[in-house]
Amino acid sequence: METSIAKIGLWFALLILAILAVAGAQDTGFAVHMWIFAAVAFGGMWVTAVRYDPLARVQGIFRMPTDPSRYDDDPIRWGVIATMFWGAAGFLAGLFIALQLAFPALNFEPYLNFGRVRPLHTSAVIFAFGGNALIATSFYVVQRTCRARLAFPALARFVFWGYQLFIVLAASGYLLGVTQSREYAEPEWYVDIWLTIVWLSYAAVFIGTIVRRHEPHIYVANWFYLAFILTVAMLHVVNNLAVPISFLGSRSYSAFAGVQDALTQWWYGHNAVGFFLTAGFLAMMYYFVPKQAERPVYSYRLSIIHFWSLIFLYIWAGPHHLHYTALPDWAQTLGMVFSIMLWMPSWGGMINGLMTLNGAWDKVRTDPIIRMMVMALAFYGMSTFEGPMLSIKSVNSLSHYTDWTIGHVHSGALGWNGMITFACVYYLVPRLWKRERLYSLRMINWHFWLATIGIVFYAASMWVAGITQGLMWREYGADGYLVNSFADTVSALHPMYLMRAFGGFLYLTGFVIMLVNVWKTITGCIRIEAPMSDAAFDPEKDRPITSGRPAAIPAE
Amino acid sequence: MSMAESHKKLERNVTLLAVGAFVAVAIGGIVEIAPLFWIDNTIEKVDGMRPYTPLEQAGRDIYVREGCYSCHSQMIRPFRDEVERYGHYSLAAESMYDHPFQWGSKRTGPDLARVGGRYSDDWHVQHLKNPQSVVPESVMPSYGFLSTTDLQVADAAAQLRALSHVGVPYGRDEIANAKADLAAQANPEKDGVGLMARYPKAQIRDFDGNPGKLTEMDALVAYLQMLGTLVDVSSAAAQEELATEKGR
Amino acid sequence: MDYNTLRHLADSWGLLAMLAIFLSLCAWPFRPGARTRNNDAAKLIFKDDNDG
Repeated sequence: METSIAKIGLWFALLILAILAVAGAQDTGFAVHMWIFAAVAFGGMWVTAVRYDPLARVQGIFRMPTDPSRYDDDPIRWGVIATMFWGAAGFLAGLFIALQLAFPALNFEPYLNFGRVRPLHTSAVIFAFGGNALIATSFYVVQRTCRARLAFPALARFVFWGYQLFIVLAASGYLLGVTQSREYAEPEWYVDIWLTIVWLSYAAVFIGTIVRRHEPHIYVANWFYLAFILTVAMLHVVNNLAVPISFLGSRSYSAFAGVQDALTQWWYGHNAVGFFLTAGFLAMMYYFVPKQAERPVYSYRLSIIHFWSLIFLYIWAGPHHLHYTALPDWAQTLGMVFSIMLWMPSWGGMINGLMTLNGAWDKVRTDPIIRMMVMALAFYGMSTFEGPMLSIKSVNSLSHYTDWTIGHVHSGALGWNGMITFACVYYLVPRLWKRERLYSLRMINWHFWLATIGIVFYAASMWVAGITQGLMWREYGADGYLVNSFADTVSALHPMYLMRAFGGFLYLTGFVIMLVNVWKTITGCIRIEAPMSDAAFDPEKDRPITSGRPAAIPAE
Repeated sequence: MSMAESHKKLERNVTLLAVGAFVAVAIGGIVEIAPLFWIDNTIEKVDGMRPYTPLEQAGRDIYVREGCYSCHSQMIRPFRDEVERYGHYSLAAESMYDHPFQWGSKRTGPDLARVGGRYSDDWHVQHLKNPQSVVPESVMPSYGFLSTTDLQVADAAAQLRALSHVGVPYGRDEIANAKADLAAQANPEKDGVGLMARYPKAQIRDFDGNPGKLTEMDALVAYLQMLGTLVDVSSAAAQEELATEKGR
Repeated sequence: MDYNTLRHLADSWGLLAMLAIFLSLCAWPFRPGARTRNNDAAKLIFKDDNDG
């Protein structure tokens, strides 16, 4: 009883603070965000006061098993649902801004202009879709590989819900114009502080679980998750150092200026790719690919080398986003050299993942989840080849500022991060909800092909758009004058933008199929369908190919 | 302790693993970022650079708020075509008061580092209200609401004070007069002598074609019209600076 | 310790030290006796029939 009164008091204090902040707010964005805080505090107070467990009811809607099990899987189930929800939101926002670039009439000022929706798209797919997938899978993997339940179960729930609050604040902030304009780190100072609290709690739960493990080894997937959590904490704190104008207003000014600010931001930006979208997802690869293939990772030694070289080299690569700018030359060169070296550990990891299937390659034909994993690794290999190539200064002089970069990012994001996340969710859902199998394997097949064709449309159109744009900008006529006005290059890209939007539409369609499949699995349905079987054995055909040549005559 | 033993320890000790990983990821950032704070060509001042006026800074905040950096860069690279298209390549010193920097990473629209003075105020206002009416091929969203929205700066002095905390050299004079300067720059009727003394090359006029009202359009156009106008890159001093600037 | 000394350090001993650390880290998993441990670690995810 005392604890619940103390809890109510705490929520009440938060509620009062939030309302005071609303009263003194210096701008609308800050006021709206404080209302959101107040609503959360009021909700918390209400729930504690009436001792009513609304989650039990919602868990009923999502058919979550309630029987006690060996591991603490509730936060993971929530994480899977959040991944699906934010994925839909993020992909839809992406399709919307792709269409805005083809048809500018789709901009609805001020809230739905491209400049405000674009960070909504990037944050929703990277931090909401990807972040929830990382939190959910890391909690799943760390328990299974450590044979221990999550340390600090209450804190783990705080991590999940606190992270969702971060996403809501970030996303609503962009539409209201609350942004500090640092790409992939747009949320303002108070949202950054909130995320820092949530992230340190995440680190505590993860490391605490490893400390409590009943297993001598720390499995390599946990190494990658650990590096991801620690490095993101470091990047987030340093890159978001800023001084607010007022503690009752949303606006702040970065602690750094100009060149220093640019390099800090791209040190962050590139390593958001390197640690959030690579190290974290490689951790998923190192657990789920061996599990789904039912064979240990190809080379555990290689995975150790992969780990140390990847994390050491990645952090240097940021300056390749600033080639030929006012950043000093030596920093640009360092960035380029390390980016090229990064090719090796990246491909080491890809090979390690692919070769895990050695001796089980037939599963690519029969198991659509394995097929998705293989495609994810193939796209990982492609984009980690393209990345070092684009970081070469002479290539970058053409590609920088163009859509080539956008295409590169999406072949990595849609192909690698998206596909591996889909595969992991398909792996997790039947296990987390104690279902015999997924609702439909054939629907995964549909999802696979729609996504793959979507990526091909996307990447190919953006290659053409980027190279066209780069070449048109620098085209000189025989008279020694520039041939194209900027507006000419814009209109030349229109067909490419249409093709890109079509690719995004296919990708989203595949995802909708996944949503249906996951939902049906959760509700316990099983689709009656022909199994995805191997080719039938035909003894007639199972004989050596002689191809009409006369049989070899044995030498005397 | 043999090497095998020590590895066994690391493999099984999460603290050691965490520290090792943290050291590995810290080195690169320190080596690359730290020198930028004390090597000459990134911290040297060039003639003409001054902090933004309160109105320009308010316009810059709108530029940030609307996410203009998603499509417009402010960093001209030293290539013949870019220099011909946009003007002299950007110097490090030209963004020394930019908290945060706005170099951008994508040119869906053209570079804006030296857009100041290239078009009339009327053109900018018309273009922001309806981009396709002046550039039919444009895919830019319209920003008509800027000309109907009053410019609201909660506390102009606090804004400059926050910037001075992060190293922009606003003195007591600038901070004390921030509110007056904000209004004075868009109103030629008012006395602009103090403003001009504090901020050389400041442009004082009504920017949005609506003298009765200080709007967000005034602020944004004031910001756009000063971009790249402070440093006279062709002057002797700037040339000398460029000669010592290494590596491009 | 000014910029130039640091830069020379980075060009010479710093570079050498980084290379040495990198090579020893690469050699690490190949030291004698690591094979069984690595195999154990690689297979630990299959120990349980049921992952709960």
